[in-house]
Amino acid sequence: MKKIINDPKDVVPEMVDGLVRAYPQYLKQLPDTEAMVRSDTASMAGKVGIVSGGGSGHEPTHAGFVGKGMLSAAVAGQVFTSPTPDQIYAAIKAVDQGKGVFLVIKNYSGDVMNFDMAKDMAEMDDIDVKSVVVDDDIAVEDSLYTQGRRGVAGTLFMHKVLGAAADQGASLDELDQLAQAVLPHINTIAVALSAATVPEVGKPGFELADDEIEYGVGIHSEPGYRREKIKPSKDLVAELLGKLDDSLQLDQSHQYAVLVNGMGATPLMEQYVFSHDLLDALAEKGIKPAFMKVGSYMTSIEMAGISLTIFDLTDAKWLDYLNYPVETIAW
Amino acid sequence: MLTAQNTITWLDKFGDAIEKNKAYLSDLDTPIGDGDHGNNMARGLTAVKAALADKDDADLTTVFKTIAMALISKVGGASGPLYGTAFLEMAKASKAGTTDLPTLLAAALAGIEKRGGAEAGDKTMIDVWTPVLAAVQAGNLTQAVIDDAVESTKPMIAKKGRASYLGERSVGHLDPGAVSSGYLFTALLEVEAN
Ligand SMILES: Nc1ncnc2c1ncn2[C@@H]1O[C@H](COP(=O)(O)OP(=O)(O)OP(=O)(O)O)[C@@H](O)[C@H]1O
Ligand SMILES: [Mg+2]
Repeated sequence: MKKIINDPKDVVPEMVDGLVRAYPQYLKQLPDTEAMVRSDTASMAGKVGIVSGGGSGHEPTHAGFVGKGMLSAAVAGQVFTSPTPDQIYAAIKAVDQGKGVFLVIKNYSGDVMNFDMAKDMAEMDDIDVKSVVVDDDIAVEDSLYTQGRRGVAGTLFMHKVLGAAADQGASLDELDQLAQAVLPHINTIAVALSAATVPEVGKPGFELADDEIEYGVGIHSEPGYRREKIKPSKDLVAELLGKLDDSLQLDQSHQYAVLVNGMGATPLMEQYVFSHDLLDALAEKGIKPAFMKVGSYMTSIEMAGISLTIFDLTDAKWLDYLNYPVETIAW
Repeated sequence: MLTAQNTITWLDKFGDAIEKNKAYLSDLDTPIGDGDHGNNMARGLTAVKAALADKDDADLTTVFKTIAMALISKVGGASGPLYGTAFLEMAKASKAGTTDLPTLLAAALAGIEKRGGAEAGDKTMIDVWTPVLAAVQAGNLTQAVIDDAVESTKPMIAKKGRASYLGERSVGHLDPGAVSSGYLFTALLEVEAN
């Protein structure tokens, strides 16, 4: 393992400290926690708070999206491990303005249980809390008998839409309805070229041969659905877009937002090449995205690969939310 | 019967087993999870040890609650809320007046089931807790019962937690949470024997 770190145990606290001290205009850390709240407290006055979080290792998610117009707070867990309820609760308490707090949770058993416990704690304090569990990864079958689909890069769009609506004064119930309405329309699928190494573990989460790729890998090295030899970018686009087309039934009369997301080690150069092929393939279907972002927003430490998110904008307001101005480190 | 004193000894022995098998637990969590179970548990049990250091004169409820809070605030992952809830439910049951082991463990298991929504056969720690509780209720908990329960998770298809993403490919691997729960009950046996 070759990483720019000190003791692997200290990666998260040192990262949080570095982040908060580098960007005091956006973030402040709650004492004795790894929870980061918006420094611009005035911008939160009278509004519903939006709290997100999860394991670390996905930077700039989650703290990079804390700021006016987006998240009110982000809670950082250990690397690839859900944050604990006491810390989530501290964040809820810190951002509550009497209008309630909305939680954005990714669908992992650890995250769901820890956030649920934090919700119980907040309710004992008479803070109204509602939440959405994002499950945009279509690589996993959704079924009643499993954990269900995972929450991955599409969470970025959820953060953006809810943040914009909250900033414009949406109530807790309105945010809840918005989140539920948006949820099924955000789908993501990924391809991995190499795995991530959790500092405290010291070895990669899975092994891929030099010339091998795996489709459907999750953001914590969860296994995907197929391995094969590396292919040209346009073939990767065909595979990922094909899967998204099957699930979203892409239609040229609809408007779409697209996120091409680097997984950590994949350079922007490759992400733009992929985008070139993607836009060609979409154009062949008569689709020109109404909104597009390319970059490493939901990473998996040093995993190489790309995820593709398509958001079907069935309500025109959602596009306005995506275009709404924000003041964050990373949007 | 559990007392504050033997519960502290129990957790102390559990902590030693976790510390000793930390790498093994994380290795078990690698093919069917995210490789962090040993680290998560070790972080939690270190906190439990520290929190119990000045609880020698505390009552049983306080001891359970102290353990629960340390686990909830330090483990993270899925196992933090699950083990934390188990001890929180035992704190509640002991507050209601019981020191009876089968009653306490039944409350703990009910808490785990409620928190995680898993059932026996889903390839989780519940597959160890369920037969162990039955044996404790029948007064015949042995190491063999624990070992068999842990081993029983190997052929199962995971239906909850991270391992469920693998579906059929989770077959042939022990569930890491079942193994750590096995250590919990081995430690309990050692305490009971004394
Ligand atoms: N819903 C559940 N009910 C009961 N036990 C569960 C459930 N989900 C997971 N587990 C247990 O938790 C163990 C994994 O715990 P671990 O500490 O590795 O958390 P994790 O799943 O990796 O969490 P995170 O996703 O936050 O990293 C599993 O081996 C299983 O025994
Ligand atoms: Mg794990």
